[in-house]
Amino acid sequence: MNEPVLRVQDVQVSFPVGGFGRRGSILGVAGVSFEVNRGETFALVGESGSGKTTLARAINGLQSISTGSIEFDAQRIDGLGKREMQPIRRRMSMMFQDPVGSLSPRMTVGDLVTEPFRIHGTDGKNLEAETARLLSLVGLPTSFASRFPHQLSGGQARRVGVARALALDPALVIADEPTAGLDVSVQGEVLNLLNEPRERLGLAMVIITHNLHVVHHVADRVAVMYLGRFVEAGDTADVFERPRHPYTAALLSANPEPDPDKAQDRISLPAEVPSLLSRPSGCEFHTRCPWVQARCRTEAPSANLAVHFTACHTPLAPGARPPMQEATS
Amino acid sequence: MHTLAINGLNVWFSTEDGPLHALKDVSFDIGQKRIVGIVGESGCGKSTLINAILGLLADNGRIESGSILFEDTDDLVRLSSRALRDLRGPRISTVFQDPMGALNPVISVGRQMINIQYRSPKSKAEKTARAVEMLKLVRIPDPEDALDRYPHQFSGGMKQRIAIAMALMMEPALLIADEPTTALDATLEVTTIELLRDLQTQIGCSVLFISHHLGVIAELCDDVVVMYAGEVVEKGTVRQVFNDPRHPYTARLLECDPARQKERTRTLPTIPGEIPDLRRRPRGCVFAPRCAQRHTGCDQPQSAIALSDGHTARCNLAASEDPAETPA
Repeated sequence: MNEPVLRVQDVQVSFPVGGFGRRGSILGVAGVSFEVNRGETFALVGESGSGKTTLARAINGLQSISTGSIEFDAQRIDGLGKREMQPIRRRMSMMFQDPVGSLSPRMTVGDLVTEPFRIHGTDGKNLEAETARLLSLVGLPTSFASRFPHQLSGGQARRVGVARALALDPALVIADEPTAGLDVSVQGEVLNLLNEPRERLGLAMVIITHNLHVVHHVADRVAVMYLGRFVEAGDTADVFERPRHPYTAALLSANPEPDPDKAQDRISLPAEVPSLLSRPSGCEFHTRCPWVQARCRTEAPSANLAVHFTACHTPLAPGARPPMQEATS
Repeated sequence: MHTLAINGLNVWFSTEDGPLHALKDVSFDIGQKRIVGIVGESGCGKSTLINAILGLLADNGRIESGSILFEDTDDLVRLSSRALRDLRGPRISTVFQDPMGALNPVISVGRQMINIQYRSPKSKAEKTARAVEMLKLVRIPDPEDALDRYPHQFSGGMKQRIAIAMALMMEPALLIADEPTTALDATLEVTTIELLRDLQTQIGCSVLFISHHLGVIAELCDDVVVMYAGEVVEKGTVRQVFNDPRHPYTARLLECDPARQKERTRTLPTIPGEIPDLRRRPRGCVFAPRCAQRHTGCDQPQSAIALSDGHTARCNLAASEDPAETPA
């Protein structure tokens, strides 16, 4: 059997809050498990504040976890120190949200794309040749090596980010909103650049995005996060075709389509996302769920780990419509 | 009457490497109570256009020619900076991508909402009532309590709604919304655009809505202006442009949207090539270097060809049978 590149088990991340005698903590990630295999793309979706970025940072060791375990290449990596983490990061790279902000403004593009070699050792590689190789890999002319980040467009900066992430031929790339703020054609270019090493070298990816159209095309599996937990996870095609959790159904129906004639059949969610400081009782989605029942307010749905995972008492039938939609909207 | 009529606008920037033609012959109208969307890749001049309208171009930029007529009377290009300042806020207001940048983090929301009514002769109690009313309109729960809270105590979606409430407080004639939903997630994005449309109907203002999210444009806007490299390449109603794109750039842009790809595909479509250097504009069609239908006629400057009822495209093939069709 294919050994997973990444195995995340029951991971929780807590943050201390309060002060002046009101000490407490909130769970940013509240118990999450998943695996990513070689050549597989795993997407994390959910509203801002749902814990996607915290989870990504925890995997990369930028954020310590309070319980659970993270295995990478069959090696336990949670709790490793900075020095122990260094060889791991060589095989696991991270792309951060802000394309320009994640590049040092005082380094040239050439320095930026070869920085991974300088950090992890060059192995006798010719850095100039590597610069040329990486720039051509991401479709930038070699002359760009002498440019500075402020001279790049958002799309070009993103490509430099991709070159940095792929420089050391990693086994896993964690991409936090790799296409946010990009135009559709540039977005396609960036995703295609990441797809190429996936096909060629079996690169595994964790992609965080709120663009569901992108998830539909590039992800093999998808997990939907709400308040730091997975409410639904499964094969992308299956989740998109038949969402079982009401939150997933609402998220999918809220996806604006570039077709002015398309009738919008939305499941609207009332109220705001609850605060992590006072998590709702029972099913944590019950405050906004159009299908809510008495049981949901008191009893948390069990988290079973079937192939298609849904944390809901009454998973939706195909094409289900909320019972009270007309009255509430 | 038009809320805004932009005619033959040309904007240049002086840079170290020579003059840069940022906006070239930009013309379009925003009708009364219309929502007009602008789409285009980054670097196509969307922000320059907003700054030109607001009279906030950087020091090295200048409007070389053209006019921006506001409510058929004031030409914003020729207006004194003092007169412009009187229009900005009460008559023309803006919402930007980052709501945190629009709100002062150390002043309570209520005080900020009262402060921005400083031109109004109303009493403080009336201004407070108006602030509560606006917060109610943008569906902030417990609006009275919300006045005493600070921006960080609200979620991202709520902050953007508060920013919208503040922009619409003085009932402007024109709201300029620059990527107001880009930083929001799908569900919040939809709530925000639905809210924008409701408020626009209530207040009766016009909206200039900038976004690169084609789905949002299709859903919210009445008209759409497609920009490429500082030029308007196509404009028309949303239906005209989305259902029958006549400029090859528009057609390619729509094809690139993963939402339009019904079949799952690993390799997404793209437009090969880069936006030209605006210091060295091609003499002919600005899209020609990247265009699949390029032919000898494209070496000549292109003019906007009128198609049907307000639908125009700056392409010499626009009027032909099916310009969007890529030749085999």
